[in-house]
Amino acid sequence: MSMRVVAVKPLLYGLIIPVLLLATWQILGARGMISPLLFPTPSRIYEDFHSMLVSGELWTNLRISLVRALWGFLLGGGLGALAGLLVGLFRQLERAIDPSLQMIRMIPHLAVTALFILWFGIGETSKVLLIAKGAFFPLYINTFLGIRNADNKLHEVSRVLGFGFFKRSFLMALPSALPNIFLGIRLSLGVAWLSLAVAELLGSTEGIGYLMMDARMLGRTSVVFVGIAIFAVIGKLSDSLVRGIERRALRWNDTYRG
Amino acid sequence: MGAALLEIRELSKSFRTDSKTVQALHHIELDVQEGEFVTVIGPSGCGKSTLLRIVAGLDVGYEGQATLDGRAISGPGIDKGFIFQEPRLFPWLTVEKNIAADLSLRNPEVKRRVGELIELVRLNGFEKAYPKELSGGMAQRVSIARALLRNPRILLLDEPFGALDAFTRAHMQEVLLDIWRRNGTTMIFVTHDIDEAVFLGSRIVILKPRPGEIRAKIGVDLPYPRKKASAAFQDFRMRVLNEFERIDELSWGEAGAGI
Ligand SMILES: Nc1ncnc2c1ncn2[C@@H]1O[C@H](COP(=O)(O)OP(=O)(O)O)[C@@H](O)[C@H]1O
Ligand SMILES: [Mg+2]
Repeated sequence: MSMRVVAVKPLLYGLIIPVLLLATWQILGARGMISPLLFPTPSRIYEDFHSMLVSGELWTNLRISLVRALWGFLLGGGLGALAGLLVGLFRQLERAIDPSLQMIRMIPHLAVTALFILWFGIGETSKVLLIAKGAFFPLYINTFLGIRNADNKLHEVSRVLGFGFFKRSFLMALPSALPNIFLGIRLSLGVAWLSLAVAELLGSTEGIGYLMMDARMLGRTSVVFVGIAIFAVIGKLSDSLVRGIERRALRWNDTYRG
Repeated sequence: MGAALLEIRELSKSFRTDSKTVQALHHIELDVQEGEFVTVIGPSGCGKSTLLRIVAGLDVGYEGQATLDGRAISGPGIDKGFIFQEPRLFPWLTVEKNIAADLSLRNPEVKRRVGELIELVRLNGFEKAYPKELSGGMAQRVSIARALLRNPRILLLDEPFGALDAFTRAHMQEVLLDIWRRNGTTMIFVTHDIDEAVFLGSRIVILKPRPGEIRAKIGVDLPYPRKKASAAFQDFRMRVLNEFERIDELSWGEAGAGI
């Protein structure tokens, strides 16, 4: 019984701020104290959400957005982790490619978007590539850092145990880097999600971002809020999922837990 | 006496830093026979770790010769087990996987040997524990088992019990002697604790600092198991202490705390 209370408590703490905000908003809106065009009440937003859900419009578009984000994340994040691993393991490779990658990192999203659209048109390729570019760097940088932060004392152990390059990399350096890699995954997922919004808001005929653009032009502010809520909730859910996996995979990690 | 397992001749090692050169070891001569338990004692900074790391193949760029089984030592390897002062376990592996390290526990032979070693270092029941769940003494026993699994020709221990409390340390000394008695593994054990050196060693090598040189080599003719409180033990301890008296007091002061 008391276990149950303990488990529910953190969730309740997290809900305090959103609930207070929504209640205030609903009350102010219902009393006509804020513009229904700029701030439709939460109940109004929920009604629109419900009808979009029932009509299937929401799910169709959400699925398209999720698939884009997932591909972009897998492509960019996967390449990022691989590049981070290689650059972390080989000093020469670091000298050869890290400066170029850092330059690419500094190019603003919108600037490369123009190029991608020129090259690939406004279709799926441009969007996935834009998301991939965003997702690449957090995983690249954190995997690299994790490998380089591997304890030199454990490196000595791997020498004493006669590990060659392969075992040293995969039995010592890579596991040492896991906490950083998980951080990289979480950051990359976040960036993928943000890049998705940028890509869809710029030009698209399907997806959550498209729904929001369309609603904005038609003055359906409540649908814009539905889109925002979806970005927030799905973003949070995916982060929680990765954190759950992380907790399991890093059970061995002996760090301060607050 | 046949050729020694480990032969060290005219061994010198200096470290060059930006500003100066430190002579860590100077003209070390030492033979270690198979099955010997050599304890090396001396004040901190006298080159004990450096000597051990050279034998392990971790430090290279020395002058003179160091050979194991007649072959010059050129790099680290599993024939030279090394126990660091800290256990240095892989934190992401359980006890049994730490011992196995790069060997697979799915191999029944490895599994059996790991089981035997867990028995030997008295860690039954902790096979699946992670390092963070172990005490310092338990973790150090895991690292000893990890080295022993590889059947090293020689086991090198660098102040392995230095961080442990007196009771745990005494227990670990018993465990180590037990391993030595059963396996006959050749040991070089570095310490700055005179009691520990006399209690464990079949021979004691005393180093003096600046530059690190061998001050004396003393065979310990006390039968095992030794009793630290016995008169013979105390007599022997005094002999070792007398050797130290002759070492420059300046360099000794600091390490005296270890007694
Ligand atoms: N990597 C290194 N670089 C420079 N000097 C070193 C290094 N390792 C050891 N020394 C020096 O060599 C001497 C012997 O060190 P060490 O072998 O660690 O002594 P001990 O283990 O007996 O305390 C010390 O003066 C130490 O400062
Ligand atoms: Mg030392």
